[in-house]
This record gives sequence, structure tokens and C-alpha cells, in this order.
Amino acid sequence: MSHTTADAAHHPALQHHFDTLEQQQNASTFGMWTFLVTEVLFFGGFFMAYILYRWMYNASFHEASHELNVWLGLFNTAVLIGSSLTMALAVRASKTGERSQLVMFLISTLVLGGVFLGVKVVEYAEKFSHHLVPGPHFQFHDAALKNGAEIYFSLYFGMTGLHAVHMILGGFVLVPLIVMAARGKFGPAWYTPIELFGLYWHFVDIVWIFLFPLLYLM
Amino acid sequence: MSHIAPKSQLYTVFAALMVLTVVTVLISRVDLGSFNLPVAMAVAVTKALLVILIFMEVKYSPRLVQVTAASGFLFLGIMILYTMTDYLSRNVLGVAGR
Repeated sequence: MSHTTADAAHHPALQHHFDTLEQQQNASTFGMWTFLVTEVLFFGGFFMAYILYRWMYNASFHEASHELNVWLGLFNTAVLIGSSLTMALAVRASKTGERSQLVMFLISTLVLGGVFLGVKVVEYAEKFSHHLVPGPHFQFHDAALKNGAEIYFSLYFGMTGLHAVHMILGGFVLVPLIVMAARGKFGPAWYTPIELFGLYWHFVDIVWIFLFPLLYLM
Repeated sequence: MSHIAPKSQLYTVFAALMVLTVVTVLISRVDLGSFNLPVAMAVAVTKALLVILIFMEVKYSPRLVQVTAASGFLFLGIMILYTMTDYLSRNVLGVAGR
């Protein structure tokens, strides 16, 4: 490969240490998935604790899960799946170069994420007023099941809390992406940030896909 | 260059995810005894696979990405399997001090 012609054909988004945009894209996707593997195991520790304590305190977990509002959980599941759809459509729009579509779908994703977190605030407030937050003020209607129920709610707040932190961080990444998209930074030749953020957002959706049946539907 | 998902495919996956969500809620209302959990997990795994393969485009990604994605769940499985075989078998032998 001649140096001069390679430089002449150089896309501005292509870093000098990659041969082609496709190779650069594949390296980024591989890197993002490596991060997501660590995320799977990060959340995996919580799921491991949940499985073990559910086995040890089955009756408590059953009773405590009835304190959650299934309909709010169902609503939020639908909202989050909806935000995954808008994100997938955003990735598609970035590849086809439809700028206004891309901005619209990214804003939709941000709004749906905000709705999810808003519902979560309502749910958390309800748990505080019902004395279901683990700690000295924890109360449970069945004294025999209280210890296990407190462990259940520790896991509830730990798992949904870590999930919510991921969504909040996602929102902070999404805002600059929307600004960049509106300025036309992304197109068929270079859409890596949109693609990688999409992977992250879908991962957060997958975590919720497992949290919903495990915490709400027992 | 890269795979561009048809819009119809994305909408179909979205519809399937919504239907499966409603299905898992309805099934949880029926008492299947010890089968409630495996059924709920089977539905969740199906939903996760739809998201991973289509929304995250792993189905259309290079083999390296597919193996990497699978490895995360492999190690998660090892963690859960080995921890639970320990806890579940601690009383089996009836040895003092286990």
C-alpha cells in the first residue's frame, strides 16, 4: 500500500493506526464488549447473592416481593424496552445518515430513560414511607420473616440502585451525543459512539429484563 | 460495510419483547409450584437473547465479538454453578463441622 495514496484516501475519522474504517469499528465494538463482560460479572455478583439468599430465605423473599407494585414494574419494563427500540432505531439512522431521525430517536431514548427513573423515584418513596428500607427503621408485618425480608430489600435497593446508576450515567453520555448528532458529526462512515452507546443501553435493558421477574414476579 | 437492520425487524423484536413481558406477568399469576421460576427464567433468557442477537447485532458481528459476548455469560455460569454446588451440598455428608 503506497503511503501517499493511503493518506489521500484517508477519511478524517480514521485513526492512523488502523488500515480501514471497518477494522477501526470492529476494534471499538470488541473493546466495548470486553467492558460489557466485566459489567455482566459486576451485576453477576448481585445475582449470585440473590440466588443464594432466595434459596436460604425462600418464604421471606416470597412475602417481601408482594410489597412491590407489579404494575409499576410492568410499566417500567415496557418503557425500557421502548427505549431499547428507539436506541436501535437511532443506531440504524446513524448508519443511513438520517440526521434528524437520529436526533429524534436519541431524544426519545433519553426521555424514556427519564420516565423510567421518575417511576423508580415514586417506587423508592413508597418503600421509605412503608418502612421497607433496610436499617434500624425496617418494619415487616410478619416477625418470623423479618430478617429474610430485610435481606430481600437490601438486594432490591442494591440491584435496582446499581441499575438506576447505570441509567443516570447513560443519560449523561446521551446528552453530548445528541448535541454531536445535531451538529452532524455522525454518518455512514463514522457512527462509533452511537453504536457503542447503543450496546451499553441494551445491556442495561437486559439487566432489567432479569430484575423484573426476579424481584417483582415471585 | 456494516449491517443495517431493516426497520421491520426492529419493530418485530420490540413487539416480541412486549408480548413476552405480558406472558411472564400472566404466568406468574398461575401457581405452577416449583416450575414458576424456571418458566420465568426461560422467558427472560429468550428476551435477553433477542436483545443481544438483534438489537446489539451480535448475530451480524464478527466471530471475535460473538465469542467475547458469550464468555461473559460463561463465567457468570461458572460462578453461580460452583457457588451453589458448594452451598447445596454442605449438609449432604452429615460430617461435624461440615
